[in-house]
Amino acid sequence: MTDSIIQVTNLDKDFKLPHERIGTIKGIFTNIFSFGNRKYEIQHALKNISFEVKKGEFFGIVGRNGSGKSTLLKILAGIYQPTSGTVFVNGKVIPFIELGVGFNGELTGRENVFLNGALMGFSEKEVQEKYEDIVNFAGLERFMDQKLKNYSSGMQVRLAFSVATRLAESDILLIDEVLAVGDIDFQRRCFNYFKVMKKQGKTIILVSHDMDAIREYCERAMLIERNQVLLTGPSYKVASEYNHIFVQDSKRDQYSAKDSTRWGDGKIKHLEILSSPKELKDEKNIKITVKAEAKQTVDNPVFGFVIKSASGQNILGTNTSIKRQSIKKLRKGDLITLDWLVPNVFTDGMYYIDVSAQRENGTLECDWWQDAARFKVFKEERTPYNISPDVSLHVHPIGNSG
Amino acid sequence: MKKLQQRYRYSFILLKQLVKTDFKLRYQNSVLGYLWSLLKPLALFTILYIIFAKFLRLGAQIPNFSIYLLLGIVLWGFFGEITNGSVMSIVGKGDLLRKLNFPRYNIVLAGSFSALINLFFNLLVVSIFMIYKGVPIKPDALLFLPIIIELYMFSLALAFSLSALYVKFRDVNFIWEVIMQGAFYATPILYPLSLIADKHKFAAQLLILNPLAQIIQDARYILVTDKTLTISSLYGNSFARLIPIFVTLLIVIASSIYFRKRSKYFAEEI
Repeated sequence: MTDSIIQVTNLDKDFKLPHERIGTIKGIFTNIFSFGNRKYEIQHALKNISFEVKKGEFFGIVGRNGSGKSTLLKILAGIYQPTSGTVFVNGKVIPFIELGVGFNGELTGRENVFLNGALMGFSEKEVQEKYEDIVNFAGLERFMDQKLKNYSSGMQVRLAFSVATRLAESDILLIDEVLAVGDIDFQRRCFNYFKVMKKQGKTIILVSHDMDAIREYCERAMLIERNQVLLTGPSYKVASEYNHIFVQDSKRDQYSAKDSTRWGDGKIKHLEILSSPKELKDEKNIKITVKAEAKQTVDNPVFGFVIKSASGQNILGTNTSIKRQSIKKLRKGDLITLDWLVPNVFTDGMYYIDVSAQRENGTLECDWWQDAARFKVFKEERTPYNISPDVSLHVHPIGNSG
Repeated sequence: MKKLQQRYRYSFILLKQLVKTDFKLRYQNSVLGYLWSLLKPLALFTILYIIFAKFLRLGAQIPNFSIYLLLGIVLWGFFGEITNGSVMSIVGKGDLLRKLNFPRYNIVLAGSFSALINLFFNLLVVSIFMIYKGVPIKPDALLFLPIIIELYMFSLALAFSLSALYVKFRDVNFIWEVIMQGAFYATPILYPLSLIADKHKFAAQLLILNPLAQIIQDARYILVTDKTLTISSLYGNSFARLIPIFVTLLIVIASSIYFRKRSKYFAEEI
């Protein structure tokens, strides 16, 4: 107990949402007459949250949109007040809820550094000591006396990140999806910085949707679902539970092909797309069956597909032309069935299939069907990467140089 | 103890930067820059002086009425700058409040600092006029300091209340505009109080209970002319003086409690 740096016990947070916001004095007067039944809705943003974070821990908070993660972070940062329960924070907290808080476009880069520093509690002298370091790290030496409004957004982010990371000498860092902005290089730098912080014994709390980041960096994590704690434990368990609730939920709201979009001239129409099995565990392959009908006679049709992850990233795909399986001609009314056998290289998650039928060697689109089918993957062996094919391993007997 | 020190250190650092930023932003891209804060009261003074003192012959019985008028306008301007500026100050910084936890009072306090700086320069102008006009500066002038402190406390207390109220009720700014308009005439700024006291003593006695009226009259009494009616001379005893001071204290206490209580919820309610 003594080494816990954050301790939250039975925390509740309610927001009162008036049905009709009484934001004017007139509103009060007109409402006096209906005082007894003044209507507002209580929204429970957080219900009975308890957890503790130990000193030096990298702790993740995960949950879907609207689950209450950000509210929790704001309470930890002292921005919101808890409705009931206790929040004990032992040390200085710096929230990275947004980079560059208080940045003002009318001020120069230099002035903004000092303002931002002051907002984090650093005196001019303290900022001055690190000023050169901040500017060098951001790589903006030539621009510091220009107004911030003339910076590109990338430059602004670099400056903000540089100020935050060079100055933030707090015991606890609260990070809310800062990593979602910026390019890959920037995200990598963020994580490198967090690793350094961790080595220095700082406590880091990371709120994220990115399960890969949670698995890779956090030791423990907490899953918040419907404003309550669903699970606290090792991050890999929490991350897989998080994926699991998504899959469960998608079972409930029956996915229908109506949600998908299609376009093309319609000379070929896909009839049905099937993936079997619909849920993959450690099967070697997944079979995708494509059935289509030619509505008119077409020459040199090409059929293809793309498999996308839940976040919309294209994972793999191919077509009949790449496979050198040429189909000369389809006459009006012809039916065609293709079976694609795809090796199961997928990481855990939900996948969507786009199919396409083209004619004239792929120059004209007949029927592009987005999200025509989907399937899920659960694997025993989990890796935090985009694909996880079956990698085999053989460890040779240990030899000796002497 | 150390925690307390840290807390105030943070406030101090923050306040300094907020005031600096405010100052930089205010006079950016303006040719005359800071001069405007001097020109504004001087322009108002010129207009009022020509109309009321020259044409309407107000305050003819008061020596150095021009300085008397100018001092009133400067003090009123200070009050107006702090209170008017405060109304939207918290809401205006909503973006910041939602993302950082810092002592909220710094926002209102920072706003009042630029008014203090303006007051200082405006008073410099007043003293130049005084020297030019040959108004003697008596040792009593030292009493001007506690009067300014009272004025600052009164203005600041109202500023805290107004800024916190505006978070919940967005018509506060309109209401305050109306109140300021009325208060400008209810306070003896452009007319000598004796104008009222001669005919309706009771009305004058009532008006002077307003801390602003008491403050402005006292300041004039000390600096410009002892022909100024003060609360003591209107009531005939010095105890009456305690009433506006008591009112000021009451507003200060009530405002601090209200602001403290509300400030925790600013981030959620803005």
